[in-house]
Amino acid sequence: MKKYFFKSVQISVFRVIRVPYLWLKNMSEQSENKKNESNGEWEPKIIAFVCNWCTYVGADMAGTGRMKYQANVRIIKVPCTGRIDPLFLMRAFERGADGILVSGCHPGDCHYNAGNYHARRRFAAFRKLIEFIGIDLRRLQFSWVSAAEGKKFVTIINEVTDAIRALGPCKEYQSMALEPPKDKVMPE
Amino acid sequence: MSEYDNISNEIRELAAKLLARGEVDVVIGYKPTALPGRTQPAFAYKPEDAREFVFNPLCVSGLPLYLTKAKPEISAKDRIAIVAKGCDVKNIVALQRENQIRREKIKVIGVVCKGVVGKYGRCDGKTEPKPEDLDEKCRYCDVNTPRDYDYLIGEKIESSPQSKEKEFEEINRIEKLSPRERWKFWEEHFKRCIKCYACSKVCPLCYCNRCIVDKTMPRWIDPSSHARGNLAWNIIRAQHLAGRCTGCGECERSCPMDIPLMLLNKKLERESEELFGYRSGYNPHDPIPLAVFREEDDDEFVR
Repeated sequence: MKKYFFKSVQISVFRVIRVPYLWLKNMSEQSENKKNESNGEWEPKIIAFVCNWCTYVGADMAGTGRMKYQANVRIIKVPCTGRIDPLFLMRAFERGADGILVSGCHPGDCHYNAGNYHARRRFAAFRKLIEFIGIDLRRLQFSWVSAAEGKKFVTIINEVTDAIRALGPCKEYQSMALEPPKDKVMPE
Repeated sequence: MSEYDNISNEIRELAAKLLARGEVDVVIGYKPTALPGRTQPAFAYKPEDAREFVFNPLCVSGLPLYLTKAKPEISAKDRIAIVAKGCDVKNIVALQRENQIRREKIKVIGVVCKGVVGKYGRCDGKTEPKPEDLDEKCRYCDVNTPRDYDYLIGEKIESSPQSKEKEFEEINRIEKLSPRERWKFWEEHFKRCIKCYACSKVCPLCYCNRCIVDKTMPRWIDPSSHARGNLAWNIIRAQHLAGRCTGCGECERSCPMDIPLMLLNKKLERESEELFGYRSGYNPHDPIPLAVFREEDDDEFVR
């Protein structure tokens, strides 16, 4: 029993690191195709990092209940909001996200008892930091959505999408150079 | 004989005494360099080595770095004595809080400090630097007399009360700008970053065996020094020090491109004090803000 438990933990840890990374890696390519499909009209790109036990199930519920929400959101499932490193959010912005939603269990409901409490502290500090850097805080939103709150999930996705649509593309980030400035490169 | 000569002499005598008695294996202090107007870290293993120790306003580098895993050749020694200013003692307390050092094995030679010279300040090393030559952190110093020590050198002085207004003047100014202007401000600064990682190498609290930027599977932070990679690196460096930074200013001092890193650190220092109620470097028994939680933590920002 114990042996299997550790094995499964090992596999899931690997997947947990690997999956969001690959998702984010492929995102920019996917989005290019999307843009062409919609006749060149800009559509906000929103990444939702949701926890496996509450918000993902809530989103599932919205699906089984045939509720409709705007199709701009890409959901990335993580085991717990406590798993979300600020680096995930930075990478999402780097790869072209216009807005990010982080959503997990309500305080006290965490499957791992305290993951969301830790996440709450981490992001309380992190959002102050990126606000100071100059990212509009409407682009990084947080919510608690339980497994039973399919309706709330739909409302939040729609609200976040509308907010980002009003803000426009995250131009500052996307226009950032991916090459070092010329004067920094060594002459050949 | 100036005041600093007296302090230097006392350090030499004390270091020689500790080494002669066999109470410590190594004493960490400062010695003059071949270049005038500078000092460098010095390590005395034998009583006669202690002769070269000095202390003056040119002793800017933070020695607690040598107590961490980053400098195993020194920190692996069993018993260490270290010359420490008030700000260095704050770092020692922070390291103690994070279980990186065992305080009972370290003898802290606290030195009363009236401020050290700034990065571009001028000082002959014999007298106190003029106010405009002082380092930024020394202008708002509240630990002129170290708060924790085993031996104290110099006469105890009271730190003058500092106004928070002045200390955070620049941060308040930036906070009032629009997001776009703030972005411009930081873009200009981060554009210069050459990713030398001096800021993390010199930080006594960046002691991870393997830094996140060195990890390649997956590679989260782009190692190339273009704008995006620079931004990710500088944000994550600050985030990893949230609630831990003691404000010693070593990162900014060592930055070859003059990026105002202390603005980020001080901003987070203030936020962690407001949000969680802790200040790093004052009490070794405080928890690390981001490693603990309270159920009643503020979640105004969560919908």
